[in-house]
Amino acid sequence: MTRPIPKLRLRGLHARFLSSQGERSVLEDVNLEVETGEFVCLLGPSGCGKSTLLNIVGGFLAPAAGEVLVDGQPVTGPDPRRIFVFQERGTFPWLTVEGNIGFGLARRPGPERRERVARAVARVGLTGFEHAYPHELSGGMKQRVEVARALAVDPDVLYMDEPFGALDSITRLEMRAELLRIWSEARKTVLFVTHDIDESVQLADRVAVMSARPGRIRRVVDIDLPRPRDLSAPRYLALRDTLMAELGLAHGVRAITPPRQERA
Amino acid sequence: MTRRRLEHWGLPLLASAVLVSLWHLAVVQTGTKVFPSPAAVVRGLGELLRRGVLGTYLLDSLRRVALGTGLAVLLGVPLGSWMGLRREAALAMDPVVQWLRPISPLAWSPLAIVLWGVGEPATVFLIFLAAIFPLTTAATSAVQAIPEVHLRAGRNFGLGPGALWLRVLLPASIPDLLVALRITLGIAWLVVVAAEMLAVDSGLGYLIIDARNAGKRYDLVVAGMLLIGCVGWAIDAGVRRLERLRPVRWGFPEQ
Repeated sequence: MTRPIPKLRLRGLHARFLSSQGERSVLEDVNLEVETGEFVCLLGPSGCGKSTLLNIVGGFLAPAAGEVLVDGQPVTGPDPRRIFVFQERGTFPWLTVEGNIGFGLARRPGPERRERVARAVARVGLTGFEHAYPHELSGGMKQRVEVARALAVDPDVLYMDEPFGALDSITRLEMRAELLRIWSEARKTVLFVTHDIDESVQLADRVAVMSARPGRIRRVVDIDLPRPRDLSAPRYLALRDTLMAELGLAHGVRAITPPRQERA
Repeated sequence: MTRRRLEHWGLPLLASAVLVSLWHLAVVQTGTKVFPSPAAVVRGLGELLRRGVLGTYLLDSLRRVALGTGLAVLLGVPLGSWMGLRREAALAMDPVVQWLRPISPLAWSPLAIVLWGVGEPATVFLIFLAAIFPLTTAATSAVQAIPEVHLRAGRNFGLGPGALWLRVLLPASIPDLLVALRITLGIAWLVVVAAEMLAVDSGLGYLIIDARNAGKRYDLVVAGMLLIGCVGWAIDAGVRRLERLRPVRWGFPEQ
């Protein structure tokens, strides 16, 4: 019996950027597989190349080497079957909530479009705000608009690039709960980039921990916690510690020695 | 509320009354035979209205501004967007635009008359030249300022180049384009008056030059000037109203 083809397969990905010091390696030999319906977090410090990685997977950037396969087919560019969710600036400010959510449905007949928009609006809890413009909404609501805009076209995969990074901590917790509710209803495959350890343990089935300069996947940690997750369960705290240790932050902040001054 | 309303209408009226009084006093005191008094200007306006040319002249001038600026929008906005999107296009075209931009459209008038003859097309051409460069430059910088995430989102939802321009680049540029349009219409309104003195025999610019040439009617000259100012103000106020429309208000943060 053959193993089913993974939804996403990242094979030997390398990426380089040109900087003032010449060519710099950003990603080195990144390999990862994500199954259909799975929620995987890419966790790493700022500058580890996780955003670059997601942009390559999304088809917006070309890797220096390696390939991304979706359902076994190589990715050559962005595709409406796989929608990228950006930070809150991704909503179109010239369109209403309804206009934003219906953006990807322009070619569908009117009744179907209206029906899908209405369903997406209800799913992210924006009923009553259909005719508001993004600048009239809070950061959390703008982010709901982005998620709804993605869900409206019914994609197989969501790529989320620190989507809650610009929100306050209370809104962020609410948004995570809502994302999980939506994910459990719609069963999309999700690849979610974050630098927030708690966020990754709360959301993911598996967390791919990345190291910086050049970016590599150090380890993939299974988050074997039942949902809804108890944020004070010993297992939750243990997994959190595992990820911290993996990121070089063993035993929390106390253990960190002050960084030595680098010589010029 | 009432106090603010009083200030809003009262203060400008007061300032205008003071200016008109000073003007009147100066004419009376100096006993000038050339410079008209405010009353003479009002009589002049009345005369123009009775002759029935005022409406025609006003419409002629407005039509030339609308045509010249309209053509500049149709050509300058796509050209500018393209330069904003493609680095090579900007490299190639920007020096040309920046070189031609500082040339007063009036410097083109001899060439305009050679190309189009004395008449309407030459006037429209001069206004087009006044409008095309600021609009192109504004369209370029507007597109360059669009956040990358908007372009990526557009492409992610499967938009090709044409749809991307129509559904992302253009609407994202509109607030900046409205600001540029306001400035451009101001310039065009300055240019139309001068162009009408050179190339046509109608319009508000023609009114002024004709009033002087045919009998040194300085009352009509000043009447024409005040009218030009008034219409220019109205055009500016009109475009400002557009800035308050809901789909563009995001681009104009409240003060």
